[in-house]
Amino acid sequence: MARIEFLGPIGKEPEDIDIKNLKELKELFAGDKKLEEWLDICAVAINDTLVNEIDVKIQPNDKISLLPPVCGG
Amino acid sequence: MLELHDGSLDVVEITSRWYKAVKDKNFGALIPFIGIVRDEKGIDGLSFDVYEPILNNWFNAWQEKAKKEGAMLYMAHSRGDVLNHTSSYISAVVSPQRKVGLRLINDFVEDFKANAPIWKYDLIGGKRVYARERSQALSGAGLLSKDN
Repeated sequence: MARIEFLGPIGKEPEDIDIKNLKELKELFAGDKKLEEWLDICAVAINDTLVNEIDVKIQPNDKISLLPPVCGG
Repeated sequence: MLELHDGSLDVVEITSRWYKAVKDKNFGALIPFIGIVRDEKGIDGLSFDVYEPILNNWFNAWQEKAKKEGAMLYMAHSRGDVLNHTSSYISAVVSPQRKVGLRLINDFVEDFKANAPIWKYDLIGGKRVYARERSQALSGAGLLSKDN
């Protein structure tokens, strides 16, 4: 199982999920009205590296992070 | 060097410690940037969440970049609540050359604003309100959007 964490202001507990790639994650979240607005603006990291491709494969024990827009300082 | 602190930064302690660490190393210049929370729009202060693993990676990449120019970077940032008129962010570059240092501190702070995984909230009446309109989307944002 991969683990997904929802960072910063999303305010949702981490979940363990059984998926093979990010496309499956997108399908899994489809219809989740609370998450929808975040998915539009969040970047995605796998094992702490940002990714830009939806076809990226997910291995068991991977950590997936959703990162909303940032503003440090 | 990257350091995170709970609450407001002790500017005098941090900057004097950095100064003492480099003053005998013949760098020639230490250029600090100190962010101070403004009293505006009725806020009592700001609050921050930090995601350390990616922040560390981001900072280490910048440190390597600075090293190639003979310079070195320091950064301190707050976690949690930071009240008005106190500091939440300090960065500094030490460099043998003034022009390199001034360019690096500018580029570093700009990239920090755009890419460091830190989330800012306004503190209003004891509540944290995400500063969405002042925040910038990271590279690849919207990858999981249904419209993508």
